[in-house]
Amino acid sequence: SPQVVWSMLGNRQFCSYKMTTKTQNFCRNEYNLTGLCNRSSCPLANSQYATVREERGRCYLYMKTIERAAFPRRLWERVLLSKNYEKALEEIDENLIYWPRFIRHKCKQRFTKITQYLIRIRKLTLKRQRKLVPLRRKIERRENRREEKALIAAQLDNAIEKELLERLKQDTYGDIYNFPIHAFDKALQQQDAESESESEAEREEDDEDEDEDKREFVEAEDSELSDFEDMDKLETSSEEEQEEEEEVEKKASHSKSKGKTPLKGPARRKRPYIEIEYEGETEPSTKTKAA
Amino acid sequence: AGEGSGPAPRDGTGPPAPERVLFPPTFSVSEIKNKQRRHFMFLRWKQQQRKEKLALKKKRKKEREALGDKAPPKAVPKTIENQRVYDETTVDPNDEEVAFDEATDEFAPYFNRQTVPKILITTSDRPRGRTVRFCEQLATVIPNSHVYYRRGLALKRIIPQCIARDFTDLIVINEDRKIPNGLVLSHLPDGPTAHFRMSSVRLRKEIKRKGKEPTEHVPEVILNNFTTRLGHSIGRMFAALFPHDPQFIGRQVATFHNQRDYIFFRFHRYIFKSEKKVGIQELGPRFTLKLRSLQKGTFDSKFGEYEWIHKRREMDTSRRKFHL
Repeated sequence: SPQVVWSMLGNRQFCSYKMTTKTQNFCRNEYNLTGLCNRSSCPLANSQYATVREERGRCYLYMKTIERAAFPRRLWERVLLSKNYEKALEEIDENLIYWPRFIRHKCKQRFTKITQYLIRIRKLTLKRQRKLVPLRRKIERRENRREEKALIAAQLDNAIEKELLERLKQDTYGDIYNFPIHAFDKALQQQDAESESESEAEREEDDEDEDEDKREFVEAEDSELSDFEDMDKLETSSEEEQEEEEEVEKKASHSKSKGKTPLKGPARRKRPYIEIEYEGETEPSTKTKAA
Repeated sequence: AGEGSGPAPRDGTGPPAPERVLFPPTFSVSEIKNKQRRHFMFLRWKQQQRKEKLALKKKRKKEREALGDKAPPKAVPKTIENQRVYDETTVDPNDEEVAFDEATDEFAPYFNRQTVPKILITTSDRPRGRTVRFCEQLATVIPNSHVYYRRGLALKRIIPQCIARDFTDLIVINEDRKIPNGLVLSHLPDGPTAHFRMSSVRLRKEIKRKGKEPTEHVPEVILNNFTTRLGHSIGRMFAALFPHDPQFIGRQVATFHNQRDYIFFRFHRYIFKSEKKVGIQELGPRFTLKLRSLQKGTFDSKFGEYEWIHKRREMDTSRRKFHL
């Protein structure tokens, strides 16, 4: 009889479904209505009992009566509840008519809670799902090792330098950089390719360039223009001067942000012969004063 | 037992071995039970191997010089790049079909200079400090880019908003355990979406001997080693991030270098010391990417049409086969 069961399991002996904590006792039995270990909530100690459980999104009402106490296989009777909330409550009521008030009330409460969490599940699945992808240690290690080897094989600095020099050769930078040796080589190549008369004319041009270089007058340069590129540009022939004049001002504003310490050495060495006198109209006032 | 003619040392150092210690061919270092002695014998054996190898090299060099002009050409060592399995989708520079495809694909408006790139950089939910700083640095590297916080928004919903505001590209940096580890690059008006695995992320302060901050000038772009069709499309994706006309005064260059399917990104400032020498100085963040999947439309992981997915079982079987 249920009283005996309770007096054994509830208080004195061992119940495997019972979980005790500091303040409360819980019941782990899957048919338990409230989840607590009480005289009225224990499915083992009550011969007439009912619960609401959900399976795969549908709610069922489970009932246990004294008549079937001898047949454990047929003990729990299952009734599918309607998906409509109010109708399901009515179904609970009509199935548990004449049952104790406590069980009816708790069943309805449990059913409400279950429908609420089912609604929340459906809402969450519509939002973004986070997929956790496990890392495979061996594969991670393999990929890291291959990456290191690829990095070594890539020789990035060399590749980048080569590419930049290629671009310089193919004149993508236009007239910004003009290395005299480079121009001379180019002129030499043109010389070889073309006829003699033309080559003589070019030779004369080259001579003129060299003469101009020799004739350059030097002045002390502003310390602002410590950028090496400026040094470079100011060595070139006078035609480049105009572009440089415009860019010099831009450079002066940017030069500080681009100061590169390792290059200050050669830059300083070349400082003495920066300023080139030339007959242009666009000379700044400093040069004219010096002249 | 089989120690040869060398003296067996009692302590680790022992007397130095004579010039030519003959180890009998049946001698194996692993048969000595004593670890110290075994180790010593092994070192001696190694020394001898090295000497023999050096002698062999010298002999070969002498023979080579003796032959003079008739010497056989130097043997080229085998590298993985030499031995690479030929990929049939390698792009031939003169291929018309490829040229036609590239003229009509999603990047055509960019390459025809009809659109100016405008990039939105964002992260996954709740980014940590490292990722946030990385995003900021990336935004300085890529001109015309904006960083926005994710705040739990769904990508599929922000994409139409981005398109409405004229963004051309979307970068999402995925984070795991406080470090960025993934990158999703999506070309916006209906363009392909590429998902990369990101590794070796170095922020600016972690790079040794770096230069100062990058300026606002538009950098140049270098794309190295993108040979196959897939590599070409990825390369075009990267190129579409940067505005068309680089400002050479800035002297900045962003490099995407593909080596064995790993894409290394570097950002440098260069200077030409002479016409044969250039100096580069690294500024800006650096990272490596490995392509995981390329999807045709904008971001849609479930129903999108995938052009290419990295399938480990099929694609990682050969060490000489690369896809980019």
